[in-house]
Amino acid sequence: MSDTDSEVISFFVREKMLEEQEPPLTERGAVKWLRENLFSSWLNGLLTIVSLYVIWYILSGIVPWLWSPTWSLGSLSECREVLTGLGETTHQACWGVIRDRWQQLLFGFYPSDAYWRPTLALVILLAGLAPVLFGSIPRWFLLFSAATPFVLFLLLWGGPIWTPLLVGVGLVLGVVAFRYLVGVNQIVAVLAAIIVPVLFWLFLVEPIAFELTYTAPIGLEFIPSKDFGGFMLSVVIGVAAIILSLPLGIMLALGRASDLFIVTKLSVIFIEIIRGVPLIVWLFTASLLLNYFLPPGTSFDLTLRVIIMVTLFSAAYIAEVVRGGLAAVPKGQYEGADSLGLSYWQSMQLIVLPQALKISIPGIVNTFIGLFKDTTLVVFIGLLDPLGLTSAIRASTDWNGIYWELYVFIGVLFFIACYGMGRYSLWLETKLQRENR
Amino acid sequence: MLATILGVIGGVLRLSKNWIVRKLMAVYVEGFRNVPLLLWIVAIYALMTEGTPQPRDFRVAEDGTAAASMIFDAFAITNRGVYIPAPVWGPNAVFLLAIFVLSIVGAFVYRSYAKKVLFDTGRLLPMVWPALLIAIVPTILMYFILGRPIGLDYPELGGFNFQGGTQISNPLTALWLALSLYTGAFITEIVRAGILSVSKGQSEASFALGMRPNRTMNLVILPQALRVIIPPMTSQYLNLSKNSSLAIAVGYPDVRATLGGITLNQTGRALECMLLLGLFYLGLSLIISFLMNIYNNSKKLQER
Amino acid sequence: MSVTENIPTRQIDRSQMKVSDEIAIEITGMNKWFGTFHVLRDINLTVQRGERIVVCGPSGSGKSTLIRCINRLEEHQKGTIMVDGTELSSDLKNIDKIRSEVGMCFQHFNLFPHLTILENCTLAPIWVRKTPKKEAEETAMKFLEKVKIPEQANKYPGQLSGGQQQRVAIARSLCMKPRIMLFDEPTSALDPEMIKEVLDTMIELAEEGMTMICVTHEMGFAQAVANRVIFMDQGQIVEQNEPKEFFNNPKSERTKLFLSQILGH
Ligand SMILES: Nc1ncnc2c1ncn2[C@@H]1O[C@H](COP(=O)(O)OP(=O)(O)OP(=O)(O)O)[C@@H](O)[C@H]1O
Ligand SMILES: [Mg+2]
Repeated sequence: MSDTDSEVISFFVREKMLEEQEPPLTERGAVKWLRENLFSSWLNGLLTIVSLYVIWYILSGIVPWLWSPTWSLGSLSECREVLTGLGETTHQACWGVIRDRWQQLLFGFYPSDAYWRPTLALVILLAGLAPVLFGSIPRWFLLFSAATPFVLFLLLWGGPIWTPLLVGVGLVLGVVAFRYLVGVNQIVAVLAAIIVPVLFWLFLVEPIAFELTYTAPIGLEFIPSKDFGGFMLSVVIGVAAIILSLPLGIMLALGRASDLFIVTKLSVIFIEIIRGVPLIVWLFTASLLLNYFLPPGTSFDLTLRVIIMVTLFSAAYIAEVVRGGLAAVPKGQYEGADSLGLSYWQSMQLIVLPQALKISIPGIVNTFIGLFKDTTLVVFIGLLDPLGLTSAIRASTDWNGIYWELYVFIGVLFFIACYGMGRYSLWLETKLQRENR
Repeated sequence: MLATILGVIGGVLRLSKNWIVRKLMAVYVEGFRNVPLLLWIVAIYALMTEGTPQPRDFRVAEDGTAAASMIFDAFAITNRGVYIPAPVWGPNAVFLLAIFVLSIVGAFVYRSYAKKVLFDTGRLLPMVWPALLIAIVPTILMYFILGRPIGLDYPELGGFNFQGGTQISNPLTALWLALSLYTGAFITEIVRAGILSVSKGQSEASFALGMRPNRTMNLVILPQALRVIIPPMTSQYLNLSKNSSLAIAVGYPDVRATLGGITLNQTGRALECMLLLGLFYLGLSLIISFLMNIYNNSKKLQER
Repeated sequence: MSVTENIPTRQIDRSQMKVSDEIAIEITGMNKWFGTFHVLRDINLTVQRGERIVVCGPSGSGKSTLIRCINRLEEHQKGTIMVDGTELSSDLKNIDKIRSEVGMCFQHFNLFPHLTILENCTLAPIWVRKTPKKEAEETAMKFLEKVKIPEQANKYPGQLSGGQQQRVAIARSLCMKPRIMLFDEPTSALDPEMIKEVLDTMIELAEEGMTMICVTHEMGFAQAVANRVIFMDQGQIVEQNEPKEFFNNPKSERTKLFLSQILGH
């Protein structure tokens, strides 16, 4: 080193290391928290005061309204009497309606002695979903998952046990046909996998079911879907649509990504048309127009029609989500699969789709949340979803003129469900991110 | 429109240093996102029809008090709709409008001039206030010089209802409010995610170069965040346009009556009607996504 | 990594490397906490104009935090920091003044990806220093030439290699004509050849008499250029000495341990 340098150097060696100390008082605990989070500048202080005022304003409007000892009352007029008797204003909630009608809000006009059926169905549904949602659950459980839709159908609509069972058998036949023929010719196998079950359903299910019902009448009491209503209806439509639309959506996504020009264009047109038009228009279409296309005389259950329409609708959205997932699978994976000599279907089934679907689950959950909220739209075609039931409840003389209590109740239900699912999808996203690093 | 403003403000506030503000915005966002839009529309509609005074409540009673009063004597929120003053167009109104438009253009010209001055001479002219002044002052001046060409027709209570002014119907207001708040909640999240996606290093580098937080936001963070924000924003606008079809929620009885009638008749009209509606929305969403694509591409080009 | 690695092959011109008596940075009794975690403990450091200081120490010892405190990217809670006679406090005026005096280079470059290289370099001079655009561009080109990448001026950061990006980042700081430069591990995200490009640029800066504080583990650079090496551990300065003494004759046990680990073998 040059001489000019060494003059200024201060030698220093620390003999004893310093101990860790507590931060100064202003930097600790509540004081620091307040300073940093609420009053770090005058603008922030102002914001704090404004927001405190907003909170106070909102709470002072809502809390007295919420806090209303009217749980046990049987009608709106009773409520009014009691509240005026207490010297309170009538600007207060009347919670009796919830106690009186909560079952209706949840289940619609479903027979009350059969409430256990949808409840059990929900439990089974959650159990059946568990392997998909949280991963790492034994393989035999997947069979159980596959069986759930049929169990659910049976539980909800009732009727003899044989029809859903036979529909399931049809599917199994399709799978068997595919397995059997896939060695011979791919296209034939796919065609067979579609045609065999359809033929089975069209021509064999009804007579066989009839026979079986006749010989062994096992089953549950049949409940027509016009009795479905309330929150349950939303769940049924939402869940049915999402489960049914998954395969369809995946096919559409594969179609959109395929090399065949016509297939690609058809998928794109289908997806864009469905997505370009609001659900409500489709619902009206379902309620009005399907009648045109169906042969006259067949009256098709409205709820089923809605489920089909919503399925098509959500399939288009899911196709987009899955497309994103497919795009996120690295190109090397496709090439790796090709280099191993796997066929298109094999590479999709074994390599690409498992990865793509895993990535898409959060998106699918989000789609489901949107769909679930949109099920309230069925009120417009005359189905009794929770919102539709509010008018039904208001139609009774006891509760004429009641709005807010019902809206709050429904809102809270939806909030809990959607918020929970939203959290789940967030959790999943962070988990996926962690695994990918 | 309101949705965008709400969303951008919300997004910035959601990242505020202020804990209460953050939490407040979180409640807003989660509350609106997790409850069906339809519920919000009918709830706000119910609030407007049930919770607001009737026109006759505005009548001043003999003791000089009224059950309800107008805001600034110009606005009245009633259960039959919101009444606002209506403009009355005088002969010189066109002239005034032209000046207004010109001065807004002028404000933008001024901004680019200020930028040019900064680039040329390094003098930083104030940007916000003069631009605002240029936009507003000439119009106000001309308003008086031209002898008040645009007058306002205030709503007044006459008989059992308001006369004069413009009535904005409650369904419309409810729909507009609910849609704005709902979409605003989604846009808030998008804006927040966009700003967060710009790494902390960017703002630190900008600070280290001596730039103030505001300028850092304008010159460094927002241009980058915009690229992330635009695609999801597009789909939000698409959703907004589609959700506007929920107008039937508040005009619900009419629609069911007409459509129901059609169903009964089973005429071909329902088919055409639906087809028309469907085509309209399809066209609308194609146009929106087309425009947003152009905008998106123009932003992307700068990137690389 | 050994001491001999990355020592510049050419002769270093020391004619400009003068340490004056003027004090550039003075830190006294500075303490900093992250929450309850005591990151920096009783830091005392005086830097004279023209000094080249290398800070080293194990990961998490608070090196980054220390130099980030100097231009107030982090806030300290106790003690004082004076930069060019201005005290760092929450007074915004002072912070602005100090930040335009002090340039900083980050480990991950932090170039603005939406601006071209030239725009990256002229942004702050135009908006903060209020230099006319033309002049700012001329200055920028001058510094880009100095870091040997004038031909990249109209590209975007994403199109440059890591070493080029870091040199742009240095040029960008230099365009603000800082009197002090801070470097936070400028080479640790780079490949060996790129490291050399960047170190050469830094050596040139040193030769021109720039005051520099540099967090780095490039010991070759420290030996060749620094006039003082500071070793930090557990948020405190454990040892400081001139490079030759520091490397050949470390006093503290911790330093010995650290050096034996970092120099390996
Ligand atoms: N923003 C922060 N909040 C809380 N703790 C922090 C923060 N930044 C740094 N720390 C902690 O402070 C300590 C010192 O961090 P610093 O980045 O200064 O270390 P360093 O010496 O630069 O390490 P490296 O060599 O890995 O860069 C670390 O233990 C780190 O965990
Ligand atoms: Mg560091």
